Amino acid sequence: MTIAYYLVLAAILFTIGAVGVLVRRNAIVVFMCVELMLNAVNLTLITFARSTGTVDGQIIALFVMVVAAAEVVIGLAIIMSIYRTRRSASVDDANLLKY
Amino acid sequence: MIEAPDLSYAALAPLLFLFGAACVGVLVEAFAPREARHPAQVAVALVGTVGGLVSAILLAATRDLSGDGAEVTADGALAVDGAGIFLQATIAGLGALSILLFAERSLDPARSSFVASAAVPAGSPRDRELLTADRVQTEVYPLATFAIGGMMLFVAANDLLVMFIALEVLSLPLYLICGLARRRRLLSQEAAVKYFLLGAFASAFFLYGLALVYGATGSVRLSTISESVTTGGGDTLLVLGLALLIVGLMFKASVAPFHTWTPDVYQGAPTPVTAFMAACTKVAAFGAIMRLLYVGFGTDEWTWRPLVYGIAIVSMIVGAVLGLTQTDLKRMLAYSSIAHAGFLLTGVLGFDATGDSPGLAATLFYLLVYGLTTLGAFAVLTMIRDGDGEATHLSQWAGLAQRAPVVAAVMTLFLLALAGIPLTSGFTGKFAVFRAAIDDGAWPLAVVALLASAVAAFFYLRVVVLMYFSEPLADGPTVGVPGLPTTIVLAVTAAATLVLGIVPGSVLDLAGQAANLVG
Repeated sequence: MTIAYYLVLAAILFTIGAVGVLVRRNAIVVFMCVELMLNAVNLTLITFARSTGTVDGQIIALFVMVVAAAEVVIGLAIIMSIYRTRRSASVDDANLLKY
Repeated sequence: MIEAPDLSYAALAPLLFLFGAACVGVLVEAFAPREARHPAQVAVALVGTVGGLVSAILLAATRDLSGDGAEVTADGALAVDGAGIFLQATIAGLGALSILLFAERSLDPARSSFVASAAVPAGSPRDRELLTADRVQTEVYPLATFAIGGMMLFVAANDLLVMFIALEVLSLPLYLICGLARRRRLLSQEAAVKYFLLGAFASAFFLYGLALVYGATGSVRLSTISESVTTGGGDTLLVLGLALLIVGLMFKASVAPFHTWTPDVYQGAPTPVTAFMAACTKVAAFGAIMRLLYVGFGTDEWTWRPLVYGIAIVSMIVGAVLGLTQTDLKRMLAYSSIAHAGFLLTGVLGFDATGDSPGLAATLFYLLVYGLTTLGAFAVLTMIRDGDGEATHLSQWAGLAQRAPVVAAVMTLFLLALAGIPLTSGFTGKFAVFRAAIDDGAWPLAVVALLASAVAAFFYLRVVVLMYFSEPLADGPTVGVPGLPTTIVLAVTAAATLVLGIVPGSVLDLAGQAANLVG
């Protein structure tokens, strides 16, 4: 197996995540797409750690997981608070701020 | 056996003050009785920020930061240099002023700008009951202190991993405090959701850029990246990674075309929080941009220069032109901040890696004066109120000078400074960055910047004209009598705006001495 396969897979996952953020309407799904992007980055980091023969990439991946967990806490709290009021988590319904 | 890296505690003192105060704030939140919490939290946050400011100034006074005193500590992860300490002091000082704005309790009849309990659904009976209660969500103080600490770490990060962690430490608390307004809670929550989703999206881009740069160079340390850029030149992976890193940072600095969140979030967030974001986040983001571009990629200037050049022009034009069409003052100031981000980028482009051009000093000075002025402008906004909170619609400001001459005069001063009229600090700052750009040969950029300034001056002056030459509305807004905290903020920011406009020499010299980056 060459390293390139993993990098291409990670790039595809990152793209799926990025497109998902742009086209999906439910805030939770948008957020899951962001998580997919972060995990694609983790795969890239670990692949590069292997190819460059350094350990930094693996350590950074651990940091990214911790940050992603913290982000989940904050994100779900914010989405919950708006859901309780509006009974909807759609990013299209939240449209009071514009122009 | 892993050896612990050397830490220079004296050099880290400003950061330790902030993070220490934030941790103490969390403990106060957990253990202090509710009545005692608000004064205790304000005191802790002020001790932290003022302590950070004083220790940064002492550090700059006792060391030769532009020469031998500059060092890289924590095993190369943190840079202690003139520019870093200058920006840390700026952020801590602006942070202390923002904490004072947060602590204001006499302007709003509901006793605070922050919600009593964020968990209660907006508009429910319990929410209406709590609106006028004395209770207040005091978590904002430790959250804001963490954010300020993250910003100070951000400008000192000499390593992409530390930069990413600092980016998250400053962003995550900001997402939360954006959603904590006491009035117009739906707008505030919507702002928090938008800021959070777009912010997380942008940090994913930053992170992918980090991964690609790591793959190309085998390290995330800026000095190592710089070495391999010099020897290897720009291969595709590296250039792609750099572009993604720039996208992530430009988003935080609210530079067009990555600005779409800015007007919404600035409008929806509680006004003291908007003031805090507009002043401190901008300083932090530009500190990180300069460090990344000049320490990491300074020897490969021509791969990123055209990109940043284009972004600066887009940002100035978008900010100035869309600012014209706004009818809400908070949104107008948001577009003004986008235009100012473009002006700041002209300063960033105005220096080369050798460091003998004036661009770095000019950008440092501009960040300081812009932060103080914009903080003051938002502080004035918190005082003009109607029954539903702040009266931010432009039409409500008609004839304000007849009712409140002092408030109108102070607001005029801030608006003139934002427009860059001589004898205010804004003029000195703009003059410095434009001259730096011209010295460096980027005169087309300076021409665009001058035109954009002229366009932007229109919408600032429109507010001044409205305040002085229109008849007041019959049911116009009331002008609140500010308490001590807001008075201090207004006095400091107005005095600084005037003094740095009339006699800027000493501070310009200070910025000039501070202008160095270590790798």
